[in-house]
Amino acid sequence: MKTLLSVNQLSVAYGGIHAVRELSLTVAPGEMVCLIGANGAGKTSTLKAVSGLLEPHGGSVHFEGRSITRRPAHEVARLGLTLVPEGRGVFPLMSVAENLMMGAYARCDRAGIAHDLDRVYTLLPRLTERRTQLAGLLSGGEQQMLALGRAMMARPRLLLLDEPSMGLAPLMVQAVFDIIRRIAADGVAVLLVEQNAHLALKTCAHGYVLENGAVTLAGPAAELSTNPAVRRAYLGE
Amino acid sequence: MDIFLQQLINGLVLGSVYALVALGYTMVYGILELINFAHGEITMMGAMVALAVIGALALAAPGLPGVLVLGAGLAVAIPVCVALGLLIERVAYRPLRHAPRLAPLITAIGVSIILQNIAMLIWGKQYIPFPAILPQARHTVYGASITNVQIAILLLATGIMLTLILVVRKTRLGRAMRATAQSRQVASLMGVDVNRVIAATFAIGSALAAVAGVMVSAYYGLAHYYMGFLLGLKAFSAAVLGGIGNLAGAMLGGLLLGLIESFGAGYIGDLTGGFLGSNYQDVFAFFVLITVLVFRPSGLLGVRGGERA
Repeated sequence: MKTLLSVNQLSVAYGGIHAVRELSLTVAPGEMVCLIGANGAGKTSTLKAVSGLLEPHGGSVHFEGRSITRRPAHEVARLGLTLVPEGRGVFPLMSVAENLMMGAYARCDRAGIAHDLDRVYTLLPRLTERRTQLAGLLSGGEQQMLALGRAMMARPRLLLLDEPSMGLAPLMVQAVFDIIRRIAADGVAVLLVEQNAHLALKTCAHGYVLENGAVTLAGPAAELSTNPAVRRAYLGE
Repeated sequence: MDIFLQQLINGLVLGSVYALVALGYTMVYGILELINFAHGEITMMGAMVALAVIGALALAAPGLPGVLVLGAGLAVAIPVCVALGLLIERVAYRPLRHAPRLAPLITAIGVSIILQNIAMLIWGKQYIPFPAILPQARHTVYGASITNVQIAILLLATGIMLTLILVVRKTRLGRAMRATAQSRQVASLMGVDVNRVIAATFAIGSALAAVAGVMVSAYYGLAHYYMGFLLGLKAFSAAVLGGIGNLAGAMLGGLLLGLIESFGAGYIGDLTGGFLGSNYQDVFAFFVLITVLVFRPSGLLGVRGGERA
């Protein structure tokens, strides 16, 4: 199987206003792909429609060859596609440990869950220290790490990340992206939505540029980052 | 002293019934931010169905032990109320999940009126007596008396509340309920079928209401198609008093309301020099409620950081 995720002619509309227009993209197994673009370009809407949070207006989404178009979010999540939403979405009134267990909610393999929990705590030692603390009391960066750890607990084959760098201090952004690369190194494919185009293109192998809900440019990340139009619009030159 | 102790016992018994009903309000509110005003009527239905079963059994097999007959009444009332709660959620609330918040509030009031009328059509307008199937033994403790029924209510209510706390804190369903209460969207991203969790919440609340309805009718010795209104209003008030959305708050609020009512009824005559009698206990209870809410609008335990579900 060559493609893990394939999005075809996807359209999303909110009450007559088109947020995404006939967008197509593919992600191969284990590949890191980014979606860059300005505020309101339709990046978040795309991720929401793929993960089942939003019902698309048109088009189709296939994951591992199966159609997941219009499947509810909890069913999509159970297939191995995990979205870390914008703003991290940790459960503020649950402890760090409970948040992590929520990540494994759909799984029943106790041994596998225990193994993955160990791995998350090894990879994210800060979470170990705060195991019993309420997630709402963590700093923004720690919450992002928790959200990533929680996503790992689902053992996904595709991870959708919505603005993981948002609101974080530069050092914390580095730490978060290190973790994302570690997760990808395990063979998990990543579809990353970022406003920080420089970082996104540096991290990913492939990129799509979104403008007004439509793809205007696509290609290997290295090519995009040397493209004059991209450099002018998104890399601050 | 014995009057004080007597009012304490009465208050705790009444309060634990209020607490059971209040839990149903608070669990649904915690997850949907919906006041399920039909909840009082589910309690009434529990009492009515149980009484119908108990009455029929007492006629058909007069020799049967009272506890067994009561158990049979509960065994029918609980599933009936659970089914009713699920039906109401499916028909009257789920289609309005994304509607403005006033809409489901209005349908809730509508459902409660419909249930009252159904009960009136089936069982009539008269008070239905609770058959004398239970041994009416009284025990005297330090000058105060407590009946078998009261002891049973206290033990059963305590057991149910402890079980509920364990379920919400420790089980997979409990985690899913808390997650759904905190963010429906993120819970669904974890693979939680939010609709099923909401249905489960209604089912649990309705089962508690059925038990509470049977307790009330056994305690007062009667049931009536309109009994759910005031009971529901008081239990809702108890939930608000404790901090709506908060499980421990509903328990605390229920017990407090029961105690306030019972002490109010016991002492209001002395306090007002005989001007007001014990029939003013409801006024007294709601007066306290208003006073507390003026100073703590979010309820006694209703702070952010409390345990929701």
